[in-house]
Amino acid sequence: MFSSLKMIVLRDLMLAMRRKTEVLTTLFFFIIVISLFPLGIGSDKQILIKIAPGVVWVAALLASMLALERLFAADYDDGTLEQMLLIPQPVFVLVLGKVLAHWFLTGLPLVLVTPLVGLQYQLPDVAIYSMMQSLLLGTPILSLIGAIGAALTLGVRGGGILLSLLILPLYIPVLIYGSGAIEASMMAGAPVQSYLMLMAAFAIIAIIFAPWATAAALKIAVE
Amino acid sequence: MTIGGLYWGFFETPDVLSDQKQYYRIIFIHVPAAWMSMWLYIVIAGWSLVGLIMNTRLSYMMAAATAPTGAVFTFIALWTGAFWGKTSWGTWWDWDPRMTSELILLFIYIGYMALQAAIDDTRRADKASAILALVGVFMIPLIYWSVNCPDPNQCTALHQRSSMESIEPNILWSMLVMTLAFWSYSFYVIFKRVRNTILEREKHADWVNELPEIRSNASGI
Repeated sequence: MFSSLKMIVLRDLMLAMRRKTEVLTTLFFFIIVISLFPLGIGSDKQILIKIAPGVVWVAALLASMLALERLFAADYDDGTLEQMLLIPQPVFVLVLGKVLAHWFLTGLPLVLVTPLVGLQYQLPDVAIYSMMQSLLLGTPILSLIGAIGAALTLGVRGGGILLSLLILPLYIPVLIYGSGAIEASMMAGAPVQSYLMLMAAFAIIAIIFAPWATAAALKIAVE
Repeated sequence: MTIGGLYWGFFETPDVLSDQKQYYRIIFIHVPAAWMSMWLYIVIAGWSLVGLIMNTRLSYMMAAATAPTGAVFTFIALWTGAFWGKTSWGTWWDWDPRMTSELILLFIYIGYMALQAAIDDTRRADKASAILALVGVFMIPLIYWSVNCPDPNQCTALHQRSSMESIEPNILWSMLVMTLAFWSYSFYVIFKRVRNTILEREKHADWVNELPEIRSNASGI
């Protein structure tokens, strides 16, 4: 089971490495969206520090959502997905592998690039640190929930917009706690850990249930 | 059932009587609508679950037919809530936990209906939106709590504990009657909608063409 998981992850990573633009687009989308806010609002330090947690998280939601469309689409179009569903391993593993690869390509780069964002918004070091922590916990949840939406909208006309309609409301808890954690880290004496623990709980729930729902949706899509 | 729904629907207005301040009256629409909006979502999820387990077509139709009614009630609850807020708090919209979670519920309803409408193949549309409904039912308590209690230290809720016992009995009663009326309205509308869906999906079947109203329509043309 683990070998097939590893194989799916490696395959998707290799495919993505052959087409580096797709990975970089998501990353630069994230950076550009975040850089737009100071330009529109003005570079007042107090305001920037105040809006930074929300801006970073909203940008992360949008960036991960944009990348979702491609999660199953290419395999679905050329029929690979159908073959993959036929392998004797549980579909759960297939979905988990694809989501993991997707997270490596879209979630992890965001986490790694956040210190840069923190410097742009003149955040204190603790805030940058907790921003990385919350994104590290939160982006896998985004990928997992998003996979359900991506599977449901496979091959549907106007899938991209529909996907955002389905998935964005479901992202709200992650957004609230993610930006909450960053804000708490900037207040003296506020507990950051409780936010992170709640996010970890979400992540566990998502890992258990989301691939399952995604698998069901994929089976319906290829039926 | 249809007649019963109509009966209650007609009798819902006389029950909205109270000698409270003017703006209190909106509670008779607001609260039952909010209750119904949440309840109908659970109904959708229940039908979806039944549909996925038993693979019955009718339960999907019920779920799909419930969604617009639920969305309408959500919208009514939000809109009347905004009126209420304007008169008693002086603002149309405040990011109060209740409002926000109701707004999110509306988004989820819209997403459900959009998915249902976007897929041409009815079987796939039914199943896909059933899965979405079930995912949504997971999310609703999560969203509710996360909006409700963003900081574990300061759980503030505005009209959470509008304690039942402090409400005057006649208000409570008329609220309950209104809820019943909304219930019956939903029953009526949902069954009407299911009927249309069945007729549309089975339009090639003989029994549909033998229905008196369809035959008279055909002869009228």
